[in-house]
Amino acid sequence: MNVSLFITCLGDMFYPNAGKATVELLEKVGCTVDFPTQQTCCGQPAFNSGYHKEARKVAKQSIEVFKDSAYVVTPSGSCAAMLHEYSHLLEGEPEWQAEAEALSAKSYELTQFLVDVLKVENTGASFHAKATYHTSCHMTRLLQVSEAPQTLLSHVDGLEMLDLPRNYDCCGFGGTFAVKMPEISKEMVDEKVSCIHETQADVLIGADAGCLMNIGGRMDRENSPVKVMHIAEVLNYTEEGG
Amino acid sequence: MPLRVGEKDFQTRVNRGLEDAFMRGTVRSAQEQLRTRKQASSEELGDWEAWRTLGEEIRTHTLEHLDYYLEQLSDKVAERGGHVYFAKTAEEGNAYVRQVAREKEAKKIVKSKSMVTEEMSLNDALESDGLEVVETDLGEYILQVDDHDPPSHIVAPSLHKNRAQIKDVFADKKGYENSDNANDITRFVRGELREEFLDADIGITGCNFAVAESGTISLVTNEGNGDLVTALPKTQISVMSMERIVPTWEELDVMVSLLCRSAVGQKLTSYITALTGPKSEDEIDGPEDFHLVIVDNGRSDILGTQFQSALHCIRCAACVNVCPVYRHVGGHAYGSIYNGPIGAVLTPLLDGYEDNKDLPYASSLCAACTEACPVNIPLHEHLIAHRQIITEKENLGPMPEKWAMKMFGTGASAPKLYRLGSKQAHRVMRPWTKGSRISNGPGPLKAWTNFRDLPAPSSERFRDWFAKRRRSNSDE
Ligand code: SF4
Repeated sequence: MNVSLFITCLGDMFYPNAGKATVELLEKVGCTVDFPTQQTCCGQPAFNSGYHKEARKVAKQSIEVFKDSAYVVTPSGSCAAMLHEYSHLLEGEPEWQAEAEALSAKSYELTQFLVDVLKVENTGASFHAKATYHTSCHMTRLLQVSEAPQTLLSHVDGLEMLDLPRNYDCCGFGGTFAVKMPEISKEMVDEKVSCIHETQADVLIGADAGCLMNIGGRMDRENSPVKVMHIAEVLNYTEEGG
Repeated sequence: MPLRVGEKDFQTRVNRGLEDAFMRGTVRSAQEQLRTRKQASSEELGDWEAWRTLGEEIRTHTLEHLDYYLEQLSDKVAERGGHVYFAKTAEEGNAYVRQVAREKEAKKIVKSKSMVTEEMSLNDALESDGLEVVETDLGEYILQVDDHDPPSHIVAPSLHKNRAQIKDVFADKKGYENSDNANDITRFVRGELREEFLDADIGITGCNFAVAESGTISLVTNEGNGDLVTALPKTQISVMSMERIVPTWEELDVMVSLLCRSAVGQKLTSYITALTGPKSEDEIDGPEDFHLVIVDNGRSDILGTQFQSALHCIRCAACVNVCPVYRHVGGHAYGSIYNGPIGAVLTPLLDGYEDNKDLPYASSLCAACTEACPVNIPLHEHLIAHRQIITEKENLGPMPEKWAMKMFGTGASAPKLYRLGSKQAHRVMRPWTKGSRISNGPGPLKAWTNFRDLPAPSSERFRDWFAKRRRSNSDE
């Protein structure tokens, strides 16, 4: 199966390891992976801030990039949700809108693609750790993906998953929200961090670079011993091979 | 503008909220309790999603035929001997109520909770005529006694106070001497209010839903004060905003089920009062004279726009109860009697953007509100739509942000430029990088690094790794 990767801007610059794991993971389950180099960002920062003219430009760029792809897979729930927003964003431009719909029909978040399309539930990973999972808002509420990551994680050999209290609350990232309303955002992330500590997990797993950057950044500042990992890294981890 | 309460400056209000550890504690436990109860009671209803869809359909249908139903309602009320007045503005509504009070030579008015009269500042208007106005809903009464402290929650207006504070309010202002036990306080208030009810010349109520087919005003209350306000005084005035209407009793049933479960996690509230015109000759209870004031106050301007569904709101506060931002800043931070997510959507619509331009940004767009709303209002989408208007039409977006977004738009739609930028990021950020972290970022990164570290941009981007890997694969 041919899959085009959409690595997203944060993934490209800040979390290349999540991208690498995504590639290896997809190859492991039999996909041929391609990375169209003309890709940039999903446009969400502009869209959510109300700069729709700019967001439309970016959306068209992404549509062009993935025009010939069979599947578009991204290791980010939030950016996947944004791809699904394009047809709404491009209302009033019928040709583009049709293209947007085509793109959204073939776009998947990584775990959603593994479970729903490839019917893979066990990636063969082994990772001995106590971990908890952060359900990012856009992935659960906008993309409506909540089962897939849990299913995949439950099959990781040696991994003990602990329930995160108040998992439904936002971590306070919200893209530009974190810098526009920094004080409120800080209170939100603090509450998230204290819930994570409450679980006594050693690892926090997430499927969105944005949330991980926010929660991880706050934990780093506080010198928390909890390690932050992207779900692709966990699903690709094998203790024998590293 | 009465819709607005408290300090003008958003940041000041937010800071005050964040510093109020006590209020945040109260809000936190209330949110938790309401959330659990709502979940249990809505699960019991069976397919909650089907109920929400039904709720949404009823609201959409009603708003799309609002003229028809308002006319039907007005005809029915008139048929039963009541008077109907359409107020275009708050001032018109207030003037009408004042005139009725003058005609009746009224001195005292008892009220049951009504948001639209808050929005209109009706109490102030009546008090300026020398009338005494008594709120009879416990929460509203507390606020009124406490020198008109503004409400901080849609359903529980005095949520920001706890029992000890409430006790102090009554001790200070009313000579209350008992404990801070909820029962003691309630008994005391009941005693105080009993006199007021018996003395009052006019009862004023809000209206949760008006039933068009029968001309009935329905009130959903937890304390039964709505019953007394409508039964005792000779003159009865109900004030409703124009969208609070359902076609028939059948839809009322659905809406009340959704409202009670979403608001307080109950199957029904303790009291639902239905009032149809003045009492007839063979009835013992009820007012002799009944007035219905239907208030527009900016709502018809929302009809037919992308924000129309904001008028679906049934004021259940489910969105408020799940909002993590509300949780940390409290209701006063919104500076409006409508707080929480629906407040951030509604206030700019009713009161303009100029003074409320921060509200649509007071959300991380986590969509918990949208998920909670029993009538499917896409609250987070409305917030984005407001932002779009603020930045693109009203031109109220800050200049630096505008430039940044322009650059973003250009950069992210020009792959070459974008690649160059992301390649440089690592080098550009080097002076601020310690180890793999940035703890003290320059310019726009400051707000981020005030509270968190930022990972340093990687020296090898994903795309570099991928290209290298591909090359070495093809070499093999
Ligand atoms: S917007 Fe929805 S959830 Fe919020 S108060 Fe209105 S009806 Fe309830």
